[in-house]
Amino acid sequence: MPTTVEIPKEKWTGKVREVTLGATPSNGGTRGREVVVGGEATLPFLHFEGAIPHPPVVAVEILDRYPDDWAAPLKEVWGDVMKDPAAWARKAEELGAELIMLKLTLNESGAADGARAADVVKAVLGATTLPLIVRGPGQAEADNAMLVPVCEKAAGERIAVGLCEDKNYRTIVAAAMANNHLVIASTPIDVNLAKQLNILISDMRMPMERILMDPTTGALGYGIEYTYSVMERLRLAALSGDSMTQQPMICFVGEESWRQKESRVGQGVPAEWGDWHHRGVIWETVTAVALLEAGADIVTVRHPKTLELVQSTIQKLMAS
Amino acid sequence: MPLSGLEIYKLLPKTNCKECGFPTCLAFAMKLAAKQAELSACPYVSEEAKQALAAAAAPPIRLVTLGTERSFSVGNETVLFRHEKTFYHEPGLALRVKDTDPALEEKVALVDGFSVERVGMNLVMNALAIENASGDAGTFAGAVAKARAKTKLPFILMSDSPDAMKAALEKEGGMKPLVYAASDGNVEAMAALAKAHGASLAVKAETLDGLAALTEKATAAGVEDLVLDPMPRHLAGALAAFTQLRRLALKKNFRPLGYPIIAFAGNGANSPEEETIAAAQAICKYAGIIVLDHFDAADVYALMTLRQNIFTDPQKPIQVSPGLYEINSPKPGDPLMVTTNFSLTYFSVAGEVEGAGKPAWLLVTDSEGMSVLTAWAAGKFDAEVIAKAVKNFQVESKINHHKIIIPGFVATISGDLEEELPGWEVLVGPREAVDIPAYLKLWQ
Ligand code: B12
Ligand code: SF4
Repeated sequence: MPTTVEIPKEKWTGKVREVTLGATPSNGGTRGREVVVGGEATLPFLHFEGAIPHPPVVAVEILDRYPDDWAAPLKEVWGDVMKDPAAWARKAEELGAELIMLKLTLNESGAADGARAADVVKAVLGATTLPLIVRGPGQAEADNAMLVPVCEKAAGERIAVGLCEDKNYRTIVAAAMANNHLVIASTPIDVNLAKQLNILISDMRMPMERILMDPTTGALGYGIEYTYSVMERLRLAALSGDSMTQQPMICFVGEESWRQKESRVGQGVPAEWGDWHHRGVIWETVTAVALLEAGADIVTVRHPKTLELVQSTIQKLMAS
Repeated sequence: MPLSGLEIYKLLPKTNCKECGFPTCLAFAMKLAAKQAELSACPYVSEEAKQALAAAAAPPIRLVTLGTERSFSVGNETVLFRHEKTFYHEPGLALRVKDTDPALEEKVALVDGFSVERVGMNLVMNALAIENASGDAGTFAGAVAKARAKTKLPFILMSDSPDAMKAALEKEGGMKPLVYAASDGNVEAMAALAKAHGASLAVKAETLDGLAALTEKATAAGVEDLVLDPMPRHLAGALAAFTQLRRLALKKNFRPLGYPIIAFAGNGANSPEEETIAAAQAICKYAGIIVLDHFDAADVYALMTLRQNIFTDPQKPIQVSPGLYEINSPKPGDPLMVTTNFSLTYFSVAGEVEGAGKPAWLLVTDSEGMSVLTAWAAGKFDAEVIAKAVKNFQVESKINHHKIIIPGFVATISGDLEEELPGWEVLVGPREAVDIPAYLKLWQ
């Protein structure tokens, strides 16, 4: 008698919230299209079990100034467009980016120039039709000083701003709320801290449909296993109906993976590490793919080749 | 799934003869369930009962070992998600080589010798898959013999022809290869060959029903060490099939599919990069053996790193012992640096100092295996901890100066540390380890 195997399926009671980035003219913005993430009713890419209405998307990371400290392979591949954030964003869009992630930095004297930040954001919005993610330098006061004018200048565009951390979220959330933007809630690799921050932000009456969650990214070889597991736990909690864990997740893959020795250093490393340029791309790609398997909804990358590889992987994973 | 005391009792003779040393069969059954007695203590237990008990005690995913001298084992996993406990057996990485490939011997030697050190561990490839692309038994056996002369790594012998498989196995006798693969048409012949040569056997079918039917035939023929190939057609299909197999084994204790999985990362890939991506997915999601079609050092290094990360026990970061380490035979006047005992941190720093060829003392504190910033945030790498380590490891008896270099990321503790170590000068080093060589050049 032939055996018949019953396919084991989980009956999930919850699903991830849908979050829309960008606003088209009909919704009060100027974007060419809106990007919806989230909505999953099952674990990553398990189409046999539940609906996955929106594929994860890939954002390209750009800076508001020339990135002197980035690894040489990145500077080589982008070339002169890196000197102008608007040109850089336009090029990223041409290459197929679905979102732009603009990182703001302090100026040469270490000061946070809010007016300049707002101008750069405006220029980038003008140069591309894509929805935008904007991050501050990552220091509480500087973030507030730069992100508030940015939120005002980009009012209505539904950009995602961050990072909101437990000690520094109020001002950013208030500015995002007042100008119809989204926020990114960031916590250091911990389920309870992530939940807690989502609660604090929603207590300010920010709708949950406007919160993305950054679980903190560790790169391949540099803590990825911690990020991977905390994301799996967050996603399992979300599917089990825990409302405060149901935000789509964003991973800053490019920034983390290009910070590591494998990507940054081409000389004086073991021959077994292989070709430098290729290694950097693979390091970034493997980091992105592993985190997509753990539940990432948005990954940000730096290298155009990574963009291409991760997008084609997502396409293949969405084919059921 | 382990049996309860009552379930075991039903399998015993129920005569209460006491020869096992317990007053009743029931008492003995309870002790067995609690693993405080051995079944062999009862002389009267039936063959049938023995088998039922052994089957119940077997792990839900069978442990399968390939090879002899450089063997590796896969299977015996107990969880779906690594945070639930840990993943135990790293998937073996193999390179596929065709028996017609003129570069066969070079490729074998390359895989055999490839090794990279990372956080104090040696990462290596585990096997070679030799494919009978020629379709000819003699060519296949010849290729296997040539490859065997170059390596002790286990082989995966790939042929659909029992004749070719037989010829190859005759060369491979006793080396415990994996026979790939039994399918609908040849399962009896392949199982007989695997049994005769002490090899493990892969079964391949496009459906789970088909796989289960094959494993039942193979076990009936006396082959227990099986490996499953669900023959996925694309990336999403592989994820679904591998997940279903793992769930069936662990959640349903479904014996016919309780075996490790083999993944062919190159099948369906349009480029070497796509193959690497498929292999990365297979590492995260449940493969026991991963076969690559191309060998590129950077790709393999990235995959081995991912494998090391995913298979690290989440409860226990990889650590080094705290202490005062000597790098490049330092003298009393050479620099003293301090860091944490997280392996990744230690080896990043030690590697840079070694590479720079600079002698230095590296003080490693007991920071419970946490990185610099994590330990600092958790209060396990502060001025007090560092000062204690300076005393405990008698640093002052080894060096003749009072300068200590701290990681750039914890610059903020320098004031506190100067208070804890009166008379010492605290120097703030660079943030990233890669910048340490340049920094040490300035040291006087
Ligand atoms: C993985 C990780 C964890 C893991 C722990 C991993 C481990 N074994 O340490 C887990 C998930 C457990 C964890 C927990 C926490 N974490 Co954590 N974690 C990280 C993460 C992602 C990577 C850390 C890492 O492995 N780095 C790699 C190692 C090699 O780096 P390193 O030790 O710093 O060493 C480098 C340099 O310092 C230098 N160096 C080292 N030694 C020396 C010595 C000298 C002399 C010199 C010159 C240089 C030098 O060389 C190395 C290579 O460049 C970072 C964020 C990130 N992406 O970096 C956050 C991070 C470190 N964590 C953070 C926090 C806050 C925490 C928690 C307190 C959160 C919480 N409240 O629970 C806990 C604390 C632990 C606890 N209470 O149990 C924060 C720290 C913030 C801050 N600036 O204070 C970070 C930066 C995240 C963030 N942005 O908020 N974390
Ligand atoms: S020896 Fe066997 S039959 Fe006799 S009491 Fe013990 S379990 Fe029962």
